[in-house]
Amino acid sequence: MIPIGHYLFLSLALFIIGVIGVLTRRNVIIILMSIELILNAVNINLVAFARLFGDVAGQVFAIFIITDAAAEAAVGLGIIIAFFRNRETVLSDEMDMLKW
Amino acid sequence: MHLLDKALFYVFAGVAVISAVLVVTRRNAVHSAIFLITALLATAGIFLQLQAEFLFIVQVILYAGGIMVLFVFVIMLVNLDVALRQVQFNRQKWVAGIVVLALAAQLGLVIWTAGRIPGAGPGPNAAASPAPAPQLQPNAEMVARSLFGPYVLPLEIASVLLLVAMIGAVVMAKRKV
Amino acid sequence: MTPSGYFLDHVWLVPLFPLFTAALMLLAGRRLRNGAVSALCVGSVAASFVFAAGAVLQLVAADPAQRVKQMILFAWVPAGPMHTAAGRLVDFVADWGVLLDPLSSVMVLVVTGVGLLIHIYSIGYMGHEGGYYRFFGYMNLFMFSMLTLVLANNLLLLFVGWEGVGLCSYLLIGFYFLRRSAADAGKKAFIVNRVGDTGFLLGVFLLVATLGTVRFTSAGLPVPSAYSGIAQALAAGIESHALAAGAPVLTAIALLLFVGATGKSAQLPLYVWLPDAMEGPTPVSALIHAATMVTAGVYMVARMNALYQLAPLALEVVAVVGAATAIFAATLGLAQNDIKRVLAYSTISQLGYMFLALGVGAFAAGIFHLMTHAFFKALLFLGSGSVIHAVSGEQDMRKMGALWSRIPTTAKTFLIAALAIAGIPPLAGFVSKDEILGKAFEHSPLLWLVGFVTAGLTAFYMFRLVNMTFFGTSRVDPEAARHIHESPRSMTMPLVILAALSVIGGWIGWPVALGGVNRFERFLEPVTRGATPETAAEGVAHHTMAGGYALMAVSVGIALAGIWLAYAFYIRRRELPGRVAASWPRLYRLLYRKYYVDEVYDAMFVNRTKDLGTALGAFDAGVVDGLGVDGAGWLTRATSRLSIWWDTWIVDGLVNVVGRAVRALSYPVRWVQTGVVSSYALFIVLGIVLGIVLLGYRLH
Repeated sequence: MIPIGHYLFLSLALFIIGVIGVLTRRNVIIILMSIELILNAVNINLVAFARLFGDVAGQVFAIFIITDAAAEAAVGLGIIIAFFRNRETVLSDEMDMLKW
Repeated sequence: MHLLDKALFYVFAGVAVISAVLVVTRRNAVHSAIFLITALLATAGIFLQLQAEFLFIVQVILYAGGIMVLFVFVIMLVNLDVALRQVQFNRQKWVAGIVVLALAAQLGLVIWTAGRIPGAGPGPNAAASPAPAPQLQPNAEMVARSLFGPYVLPLEIASVLLLVAMIGAVVMAKRKV
Repeated sequence: MTPSGYFLDHVWLVPLFPLFTAALMLLAGRRLRNGAVSALCVGSVAASFVFAAGAVLQLVAADPAQRVKQMILFAWVPAGPMHTAAGRLVDFVADWGVLLDPLSSVMVLVVTGVGLLIHIYSIGYMGHEGGYYRFFGYMNLFMFSMLTLVLANNLLLLFVGWEGVGLCSYLLIGFYFLRRSAADAGKKAFIVNRVGDTGFLLGVFLLVATLGTVRFTSAGLPVPSAYSGIAQALAAGIESHALAAGAPVLTAIALLLFVGATGKSAQLPLYVWLPDAMEGPTPVSALIHAATMVTAGVYMVARMNALYQLAPLALEVVAVVGAATAIFAATLGLAQNDIKRVLAYSTISQLGYMFLALGVGAFAAGIFHLMTHAFFKALLFLGSGSVIHAVSGEQDMRKMGALWSRIPTTAKTFLIAALAIAGIPPLAGFVSKDEILGKAFEHSPLLWLVGFVTAGLTAFYMFRLVNMTFFGTSRVDPEAARHIHESPRSMTMPLVILAALSVIGGWIGWPVALGGVNRFERFLEPVTRGATPETAAEGVAHHTMAGGYALMAVSVGIALAGIWLAYAFYIRRRELPGRVAASWPRLYRLLYRKYYVDEVYDAMFVNRTKDLGTALGAFDAGVVDGLGVDGAGWLTRATSRLSIWWDTWIVDGLVNVVGRAVRALSYPVRWVQTGVVSSYALFIVLGIVLGIVLLGYRLH
């Protein structure tokens, strides 16, 4: 069997890439997509441990995360559209109205 | 047969990681979206390999088929052309890089040293499962039993959450509230 | 057994009648008609006269040895223990009481009688003046004060009256207060009196410290009192050899009291106020500055004769001052041109005679002259008032003349008074003046000589006045000449009565040498006896000397000489006065300018006092106002500036520092709020990293 560590490192890799995307990209849609990556990484982690312990709760948790990801993507994209209508931009650097 | 296992794992893992990298680095948002789909599909493959069939289906249908379609719609709605010509990475990329590196190092360290510390959980080298069950358990049934058993409350809450998100998304995207 | 009778028992009312009307004038006088004012004020003086006369008659009806009536109205300073200077413990008391004995009888009759006549005169004289009620109010207040003075039974109460007459003198001299000269004259009178009063008070204090009592005598009290009087205290002191005749303390008391008399009775050196006092209305000059107030000093010395007889040195001083003043003032009377001024100097001179009499021990003679002088001097003043009234206010004799036929009553009475003052027998002045000159000769021929010369001068200046005013050619201003008229009945009636008194007034003291009985001296004998038998023996009259006739003849002779000289200078050869004045211009000017005494006093005292006032004023403005008031203001402003500085820099500074510190601190911190989501995400991740580090530390 594949040692759990492999899955964990895979999850870590995807997670880190997602974090880099969130912190580094200017396009908010890409940022949202990176967030999806992060969530996926977490899912992999959960399912891997579910398989390790034989407990299906991990998978159930992963289902909930997917549910939540969907909801979040929907609302987030709605916000982006609303913002785009106002400001004509999807770049996070230009979304600084709450600046000091 | 675990060679096939291993091969499958590395294929899917490789696709996932490369797709993820490409998601984060493409200039064109549509390209990013496509690569995200592939990443998601690769993840689905991982799920399948981990004998989470139900989750595999849910991932493909919901994530790749639902969420990503939504993403693509929005990308289309938003003016791409202007975004193509702008700087893609923001100014904090170097600092972010350092911080993320630190995070990666920390988490890597945690995973790596997990088995060597008594009581810290199974090491990375723990087998995925002690011994395969004599008969494959029907995964969907088990998930369903868990979902409508002990975790029925979170299920209901999740449905409320989806309702709220739906209303929120509708309100957000309307032209005139 | 003290005498009693209705008037005698109510003699204390005598001062109160005029007090009542004075108060009435003060409160409601403005609203009364002139007629009502006259009726009230003159009526109250008339009532006083009636009561006084009645009381004296009832007193005289008693046995000569018992003619003392003393009544205590209330205790003013209640009895209390006191240590005298010698260490004796006495009970000191000063009460408000009346003493009616022969001496005060004479005084009270003179004051009320002459006062009444002058009040009647004033009805006519002041009838056209403004402030009619004020005049009579002041006059009545004066009557109250003077009567309190003469009827007082102790030295303190006498002083109350003394001060009261001084005040009324000020008020009445300055009656025409809108005239600067009148206001100044009033002030001068009061201040010069005050100088004298200082001495008087010191004398009273010393007397109280020595004898322990201020009451004149303890005789005549209805209940025999344990508190003795001055007379008794002196007698006791002599007997017990605690005091001796001529003791320094007694001399000191006597001299200090005399200083007060000098001021009040216008002797050297405090006479300067009397000539200026002529600024007041003529009735005021007559009453206050001829008949009554100025005689207060004489009365006081006579009253204290027991003390003075035990201080021979003081008596010498009194005599010398009196004689010197008499001749000094007489010389000044020669050169004055204002009719009232001449009379003023004449008053000073005659007062000198009275003090001369007292000083040589002839207390009765002094009082006698006081009485006769009151008659003819009042007559002279009222007459001069009538003359001034006739020539429409002119007072300069050089602008009068030939008025004899125009104002006969005034002129005739005036002439009688002039003869009286010159000392022509058998008028009153002759008797009293001669009495004085006789006693003076016995004491010291030098003093007699001074008095003798003064008598001649008196006759001269008096008839100078008469000739310039009534005879000769008329130098009256033509406009005024048209209005020359005799005064009304209310004014001439008192003149006639006084003239009569000037004639017969002396007969009561007709000297034994000329066949009289001299009732006056005998009447006063119980009072002037003195404290001890030795001095009493000296008081026995020596008027049976043969030399007395010669003296009388000589004094009448010089009086006639004076009259003849005045006739020569001012009727026969009228150019003579001018030639004499031209021959001795410096002497004339010296006399005319009153020996420059006023100028000397101004330089020595008045201007120095004004300088003191200026200096104190500067002190007040500079130091008190400067340091105190301005200083307090400066201090307040300085403190407030300090406070402002503190508030602005320290308090506000602290507040501002806090604000600025917060701003300085928060300035960089706000940059965290970039508004960009990515940076917030970065911070989250950073936090996670740090959190893991922390977690690692805690787990290991």
